[in-house]
Amino acid sequence: MDARRRNNVNVIGREDAPVVLLAHGFGCDQNLWRLVVPDLARRFRLVLFDHVGSGGSDLAAWSPERYSTLDGYAGDVLEICAELDLRDVVLVGHSVSAMIAVLAANREPERFAKLVLLTPSPRYLDDGGYRGGFTRADIDELLGSLESNYLGWSAAMAPVIAGNPDRPEVAGELEAAFCRTDPAIARVFARTTFLSDNRADLADVTVRTAVLQCFSDAIAPREVGQFVHDRIEGSVLVTLDAIGHCPQLSAPEQTAAAIAEFAGAR
Amino acid sequence: METTFSALLEDSAEDLYENAPCGYLSTLMDGTIAKINATLLGWLGHERAELLGRRRFADLLPVGDRIYHETHFAPMLRMHGEIGGIALELVRADGTRMAVLVSSTVKTSANGTAQLIRTTIFDAGDRRAYEHELLRARQEAEQERDRVQLLASTLQRTLLPPSLPDVPGMDVAAYYHPASADEVGGDFYDLFPLTGDTWAFFLGDVSGKGAEAAVVTSLTRYTLRAAAVQEPGPATVLKRLNTALLKDQHGATPRFCTAIHGLLEPAEDGAKVTLASGGHPPALVIRHNGAAELLDTRGGQLIGALPDARFVEVELRLRPGDTLLLYSDGLTEARTHGRVRYDEEDLRDWANTLDVGSATETVAAVSLLLDSFGDGVDDDTALLALSVRLLGDERP
Repeated sequence: MDARRRNNVNVIGREDAPVVLLAHGFGCDQNLWRLVVPDLARRFRLVLFDHVGSGGSDLAAWSPERYSTLDGYAGDVLEICAELDLRDVVLVGHSVSAMIAVLAANREPERFAKLVLLTPSPRYLDDGGYRGGFTRADIDELLGSLESNYLGWSAAMAPVIAGNPDRPEVAGELEAAFCRTDPAIARVFARTTFLSDNRADLADVTVRTAVLQCFSDAIAPREVGQFVHDRIEGSVLVTLDAIGHCPQLSAPEQTAAAIAEFAGAR
Repeated sequence: METTFSALLEDSAEDLYENAPCGYLSTLMDGTIAKINATLLGWLGHERAELLGRRRFADLLPVGDRIYHETHFAPMLRMHGEIGGIALELVRADGTRMAVLVSSTVKTSANGTAQLIRTTIFDAGDRRAYEHELLRARQEAEQERDRVQLLASTLQRTLLPPSLPDVPGMDVAAYYHPASADEVGGDFYDLFPLTGDTWAFFLGDVSGKGAEAAVVTSLTRYTLRAAAVQEPGPATVLKRLNTALLKDQHGATPRFCTAIHGLLEPAEDGAKVTLASGGHPPALVIRHNGAAELLDTRGGQLIGALPDARFVEVELRLRPGDTLLLYSDGLTEARTHGRVRYDEEDLRDWANTLDVGSATETVAAVSLLLDSFGDGVDDDTALLALSVRLLGDERP
């Protein structure tokens, strides 16, 4: 299996430096890391990729069987590591990829030096005393929302450059595919993401872990970040002064600094 | 005239903003509402003071849309500076909902710093109702298609053996690839024990596709199975099939097929094979040393077309490591990447380069070859391979 092509893998940064593997979450692709890439590339060897079904990945590789569990995605992460022969990897998982990272690290702990879980949630649904923040009806509504926005998801968005001109942009060809997701695949990914329950997997984590959460996040509230921190022994919890679910966009400098500090520490 | 003109003059920018036929909303980069027009306030049923500086745009959305906003809308807007035509719902002060279409742009300062987000909101109630209808129709069409595919695949399964029997000293393998998931294919194969140490096998291709072809396939299969038990050799079995198909001709569509039928008798040092062909592409033999040859069964005629059809019978010996491969013309008429039809000689030449020693390996290699043709395979394809195990290979 050619994981490099399947997952549109891009390797940048310092060749001799420790490896930081960045895994994007639901709803976007590797472009979501764009604003933190310049800072991190100065200190690390960065490996970026798109989950199958997102961005520039090989849509033909997608199957509902493999990708209706987070284990399928975790398998892809491990295949990328194996194919590129990555060792002592610092795996950074955003949003749903935080749990994909946990599953990958539990399957092959020897492969990873550290885990960075960025705005993680092991369970989005409320369940007994656990407060995930959402009900089953909320998730059904989200699936309806994806259906309604069939056009928004399938159309290629015109490239318009935003932000500071002094921030180097990633290759232009990626622009066209930015956050483009096949609507049928997005639906399955949404279901997988928001209906999974990975709370029991947290206790099995043996890799050193940092939990990075936002001060205010409608998707992964702070009590959920605290829950993840409590269940992973020896983990550190960092609360970023950022709003929203994507601090790598709303507070890129702070997010890059927090990742670099944990990834670079002995 | 005069009064119209003065009314236009009085239409100030401020009044246009407040009472425009769409909602206007300006927020800080974190989504906090900084400015909102009277039209949108009227739609929502909120007081201005309840919202300004206190609520974020996402707070106006139901939870499902809020997730969509946080995971897709907001990141897209951040990265691109604009996003348009997104279908969302707003929750009014009284808890009811309103379907809207939302577009946003980021206003940046002269040095490129993002300052605020400007959003326009259109009432999309009627349009969304129409879209819901379209969506429902599409889902129904998809369900209908799934139902047809299930029907086709279920019927297909009844026309093929669920698994191949174990033949002592032999390795056997088969493969079936329907060209379309919506229709039953016209190819068939089977392998079954006769009396004593003799086994019968066949592989063929009926004319047409779909329900009509399935009727012919079914008739062909049970005729071949019954005749193989009663008749002395493969050529007479095909004659019986020819008669059966000719008798069954009614309606406008002629019913005929091509097939290879054979008998297999495993022995100490290999196996004896007697086979007959009726208009079918020649079987391929791959010897243990890698040499491949096409079995000459030219002259065998289409089955079910002529009353006195002639069938050609040949005999061969398979030694340990030899493989006999039967295939349908889905393989030999596939279009290769140059869009040229693959043919039997191409298949033989390709087989000459193979390093395989068993039926299982041969079928695996041919199915990879088929995959490599991609959409060039436009017909159903069936494969059946028989090989004599190498001495010392006792795998079941």
